[in-house]
Amino acid sequence: MNTLPTAADAAPRSYLDAAHGLRSWLFTVDHKRIAVLYMLAVTFFFFVGGLAASLIRIELVTSEGDLLTADGYNRAFTLHGVIMVWFFLIPSIPSVFGNFLVPLMIGARDLAFPRLNLISWYLLMGGGLFTLLALVLGGVDTGWTFYTPLSTMFSNGHVVAVICGVFVAGFSSILTGINLIVSIHTLRAPGMTWFRLPLFVWSMYATSIILVLATPVLAITLVLVAAEHLFGIGVFDPRLGGDPLLFQHLFWFYSHPAVYIMILPAMGVVSELITASAHKRIFGYRFVAFSSIAIAIIGFMVWGHHMFVAGQSMYASMVFSLLSFLVSIPSAIKAYNWTATLYKSDLTVHAPFLFALTFVGLFIVGGVTGLFLALLAADLHAHDTYFVVAHFHYIMVGAAVAGYFGALHFWWPKITGRMYPELWGRIAAVMIFCGFNLTFFPQFLLGYLGMPRRYHSYPADFQFLHVMSSAGASILAVAYALPLFYLAWSLRYGQRAAVNPWGAAGLEWRTASPPPVHNFNSPVVVDFEAYDYAPEAARDRL
Amino acid sequence: MSGFVRLWPEQASHYAAQVDWLVIGFTGMMAMFVVPVFVFMWVFIFRYRRGHAAERDHRPSGSLKVELTWMVLPFIGALVLFVYSARLFFEARVPPADALEIQVTAKQWMWKFQHTGGQREINTLHVPAERPVKLTMISEDVIHSLFFPSLRVKQDVLPGRYTEMWFQAERPGTYDVYCAEYCGTDHAAMTARLEVLSPSDYQRWLEGADEGRSLAAQGEALFRQFGCSGCHGAASVTRAPPLEGLYGRSVALADGSRVVADDAYLRDSILLPQKQVVAGYAPVMPTYANVMDEEAVARLVAYLRSLADPRPEPATGPSEDNR
Repeated sequence: MNTLPTAADAAPRSYLDAAHGLRSWLFTVDHKRIAVLYMLAVTFFFFVGGLAASLIRIELVTSEGDLLTADGYNRAFTLHGVIMVWFFLIPSIPSVFGNFLVPLMIGARDLAFPRLNLISWYLLMGGGLFTLLALVLGGVDTGWTFYTPLSTMFSNGHVVAVICGVFVAGFSSILTGINLIVSIHTLRAPGMTWFRLPLFVWSMYATSIILVLATPVLAITLVLVAAEHLFGIGVFDPRLGGDPLLFQHLFWFYSHPAVYIMILPAMGVVSELITASAHKRIFGYRFVAFSSIAIAIIGFMVWGHHMFVAGQSMYASMVFSLLSFLVSIPSAIKAYNWTATLYKSDLTVHAPFLFALTFVGLFIVGGVTGLFLALLAADLHAHDTYFVVAHFHYIMVGAAVAGYFGALHFWWPKITGRMYPELWGRIAAVMIFCGFNLTFFPQFLLGYLGMPRRYHSYPADFQFLHVMSSAGASILAVAYALPLFYLAWSLRYGQRAAVNPWGAAGLEWRTASPPPVHNFNSPVVVDFEAYDYAPEAARDRL
Repeated sequence: MSGFVRLWPEQASHYAAQVDWLVIGFTGMMAMFVVPVFVFMWVFIFRYRRGHAAERDHRPSGSLKVELTWMVLPFIGALVLFVYSARLFFEARVPPADALEIQVTAKQWMWKFQHTGGQREINTLHVPAERPVKLTMISEDVIHSLFFPSLRVKQDVLPGRYTEMWFQAERPGTYDVYCAEYCGTDHAAMTARLEVLSPSDYQRWLEGADEGRSLAAQGEALFRQFGCSGCHGAASVTRAPPLEGLYGRSVALADGSRVVADDAYLRDSILLPQKQVVAGYAPVMPTYANVMDEEAVARLVAYLRSLADPRPEPATGPSEDNR
């Protein structure tokens, strides 16, 4: 209904057909091709991290440490954490879909700095492969958190090498953030005002603020860890006159906002999926838009809730607890507005919508259990147990990956020009939801029972719940691998996608699938609001 | 401890029961705000699915009143429990003055406990029921965390700094103790047992595990062995601050600031003597960091505390050579 007739007529070659050969990909400055490069990269890292997760879950089926040695187990969860956080979750939606969609959604030909965009990909790959090499040959046993003085003075792994890899990849984040911020400010098409932007663009803007402001703090912190490790400069180790808590303050000043780097983009995706499925303008556009910005800002003021038992001042803990309750309000706003959007909608329940529902369900459980951990007295008990593990996996894995897969299915026709097989998409979404809950819900119980994190072996009382969790993980592993096969299949055998297969609003659905190299064949002028679906339901469709 | 399947942890204290009620209450309150989302979502999905006849006129696209309602109500609800939880937290963090004191030293990968009476144990902690117990803890290497699931408390144990935790167990029994902060290779093996004994059993245990000398007396022996009295004694040639009555007093430092002479100050003065030099004295004290471990420092501190005892006779009787 919103398609312009001009889109497919002239039919200049799509970005996929514009050039061929490996060189045309490795030296491209087209944001869409770079997005595809990122997609391949994060998919690779996702399965490497997933392999480590499988090792962990198999080891934990029995209470004794029998598959891996203690050091081997510690290396496995460190590899899992480092790869998943820095090389899958952080680049996933911003670098793949942010790259692909932001220029299309704002009516631009490319991002503001196309070459910088390509450099960002090389930085991620360089950092990632170097880190992976260090993690596989030798390994690191500090956990992804690198707590001092364990990491600086007591670790028997390749800490400095891994830190170097993460440090380099951090610049990929910073450059991507700068690129997105500048593009959103300067490259919006005529008529594309801030309040006509799709909510995905708002969430990418909020994410980019965090990428640019928080990542340098991580970089500085990692340099200090390396300096203490290599040269014995006392920053964190008290024997050298340092302060071990200083590291935690610096680390969480980055890593708490980093959680929002992982979840804000997925929230943006879900806002798009829900409106497109409902064929209806989102309820409370401005509240949803500003809630992203509020999360980005308040998210910088809550890091101390990771340190209630670490030895920080009791009064500081109280303030951080209160601020953590405050940061939950913008997230609640989104969940309520998504629900209200479905009221009087004209809903099509396809796979992307099922992924969006999966996101909402898992995000709410993850968010609410996060409030348990913000609740001071409850945290004294649940901190550093499997309760925390379950909580952040609900957010960072359950919700964020559901958002990623939702985006993958929804924009797959636009990216590849082919439709994915709908039935398989629905099966994958339902399997992910079930497998995920079976894997991680038992971990809430385990944590409340007192099972600490990062235990290679554990008392036999905990075994039943661990077996449940590992059973769920095997379903989840199949469900996460499934799209790899049917999406690959669809590249050749999938139905050819129309310009706008979902009947969705948004500029990206007004150009060809896949889009031409310069995105739009005619100059874009925006004279309509975001989500300009018919104000009343189209009765003729009934 | 028992059985293959356990779904709720044991409660060894009143505090643990309060935490459980907080968690249950919070779950109920969150359900009030979350269940409507799920219910309405499914109702809307069913009613407004494409092809299903339903009234779709006058679609709303926003309402300030509605937005404010779902912003403010959950926040107020959460605030109520925040206040309750903060009070519990305050209680859990401020030890009563009459608590039984135990020194804890953590190292890769074991827990060591020293009682005031001089009893020492590794990976097992005996405490009396119905009496507050305060743990003063320090690590010899990396960060550890002492976690008592049945008491619903934990506290990180840091190198170079004392941290405190207290609890009052009510039910005698044996409970699991874990290290909750990842601390390297054998983190999973850094477990211990908490033996809560009835007051009479505890008395019997104290007598059975008696080492002959109290912690302060052991500290006094160290005081002599390391030659501390050579400078801190009244008759010494080198002038050093006197230590009698020092504990708990406010001390003027060379840089003009003041500090209360507590455990942390005494420890730092032994291991990092240049950190806080007392006003009017030359910074001549050598560090004992290389010859004394944290357990020895804890004993020495216990001795220095005994010198502050207002009662006329210190723990081991007056000794001439440190006056």
